[in-house]
Amino acid sequence: MSIRERLSGNEAAAIAMKQINPDVVAAFPITPSTEIPQYFSSFVSNGEVNTEFVAVESEHSAMAATIGAEAAGGRAMTATSANGLSLMWEMIYIASSLRLPIVMSLVNRAVSGPLNIHNDHSDAMGVRDAGWIMMFSENNQEAYDNLIMAHRIAENKKVKLPLMVCQDGFITSHSIENIELLEDDVVKKFVGEYNPDEYLLNKNNPIAVGPLDLQSYLFEHKAAQAEAMRNAKQVILDVAKDFEEITGRKYSFFEEYKLDDAEIAIVCMNSTAGTTKYVVDNLRQKGIKAGLLKLRVFRPFPAEEIAKALGHLKAVAILDKADSLNAVGGALFQDVTSAMYVNKKEVPMVDYVYGIGGRDTKADDIESVYNDLAEIVKTGKIDNPYRYLGLRR
Amino acid sequence: MNDLIEIRWHGRGGQGAKTASLLLADAAFNTGKYIQGFPEYGPERMGAPITAYNRISINPIRIHSNIYEPDYVVVVDDTLLESVDVTAGLKQEGAIVINTTKDNDYIRKVLKGYKGEIYKIDARKISEEALGKYFPNVPMLAAIVKVSKIMTDEELLNDMKGSFKHKFAKKPEVIEGNMKALEIALKEVEKI
Repeated sequence: MSIRERLSGNEAAAIAMKQINPDVVAAFPITPSTEIPQYFSSFVSNGEVNTEFVAVESEHSAMAATIGAEAAGGRAMTATSANGLSLMWEMIYIASSLRLPIVMSLVNRAVSGPLNIHNDHSDAMGVRDAGWIMMFSENNQEAYDNLIMAHRIAENKKVKLPLMVCQDGFITSHSIENIELLEDDVVKKFVGEYNPDEYLLNKNNPIAVGPLDLQSYLFEHKAAQAEAMRNAKQVILDVAKDFEEITGRKYSFFEEYKLDDAEIAIVCMNSTAGTTKYVVDNLRQKGIKAGLLKLRVFRPFPAEEIAKALGHLKAVAILDKADSLNAVGGALFQDVTSAMYVNKKEVPMVDYVYGIGGRDTKADDIESVYNDLAEIVKTGKIDNPYRYLGLRR
Repeated sequence: MNDLIEIRWHGRGGQGAKTASLLLADAAFNTGKYIQGFPEYGPERMGAPITAYNRISINPIRIHSNIYEPDYVVVVDDTLLESVDVTAGLKQEGAIVINTTKDNDYIRKVLKGYKGEIYKIDARKISEEALGKYFPNVPMLAAIVKVSKIMTDEELLNDMKGSFKHKFAKKPEVIEGNMKALEIALKEVEKI
């Protein structure tokens, strides 16, 4: 039986961590993810988990401590945002290259500078090539569900990669909303025990972790990481299937919302997908065939599947909540357009950089994108595909 | 009750507008509704103007933006009336509830011809009488429930009793006062 609750996104993440009951949590507080280690440390103090909580002095140490814990053979988690992730940067790559299935809750916030504490995706986009599995969450429910599924994916023998679950800072992290929780024992059974093949504290099979890796092997090791990322795709689907059996909630690489018969569509991630669904419903009532592709799994990037899902459309807008400042468009736009080209799908596509630094994204803003798409379909003209949404001029 | 009710709270940092929006979300949740309760975080300081929001619906809520065309507005501090456009976007068929002792002519003038219903309540008097301290958020919570009819008086009182027991587990002496503040506020909120 599921438990009807109302929780903020941060509470939902902390409760998922409590139910997972990892061996080690190491974290340093940073807005807007601070509440996650805060709530979790109270679970530790109250004896509700057996976790060793390491109150480190920086995010670099938080990642280093989770790396140490995972290398030793434990299950480790952390949470951070924005500049906290920036400070972890060096260790982020170490974690993935050592093939340590650490799970992180990333509450997305703009990376400084100038200093801003509000939501965009510049923190996540900065580590998109770091070899982590990256999942995005529309609301508190998905932040919770993705965390419950995370260890099963990350720890799979064919994967062994770290994984981050993203949600929008403040917009979902600090909003109280309805949620369906699983019973503790159901989560425990679903997540299972962590039994790594090789680990530092196994005296019967001593190993070295992190030695020098020069011209003769580093290339092969990187290729192995890449293969693990490809393998993760099937594992993500398998775990989602098992999760659906216990919850009835269906997950895949992305959610197609009224996309089948749509003529125009938006591709976006996290909370904006909820606002977009609201707009799609309104437009459908007016007879406009609008749809949405909400990307859940950004790494590994499901290129072939996305191309297949978008191939029939007459025009598509990609919403990027981070600007790549490369003079051509945001990261999601680049990935989706590349996926379409490689899979021989020719659909007019435009990019909107939006919501930077917490700029609120209104239903009207989303509707204006669909209006633009309708215009593109009508005239066949795009002019500039690299656009802004909600920018003051 | 409409499918979706949207409420905007205006207060000052430290007065508990955010807490009131979360308590309202809690109470509506407990009557079986879908809810959102969220503050708009700016520079958080005691006394600075803050905004908080509620969405309450019989259906799942998916929209994730601030509220620009609320059904109801609650003003926890009447010193905001001259500095913040509290009726911005407020629906004409909606209502505004203000914590104030100012006279009705002043209120009408400062709301610049807002045509919907205007309610006022003296949350300071109620809070000081019931609690011996000035915490306007609990009377304002009762006032908005009364005006918006999101739930019945009994539903609110029963639910808040449970919430206060939980919230004030370490300060049980304030539970009775808060309950009294709710009861008085339900009776005293008045349409001008």
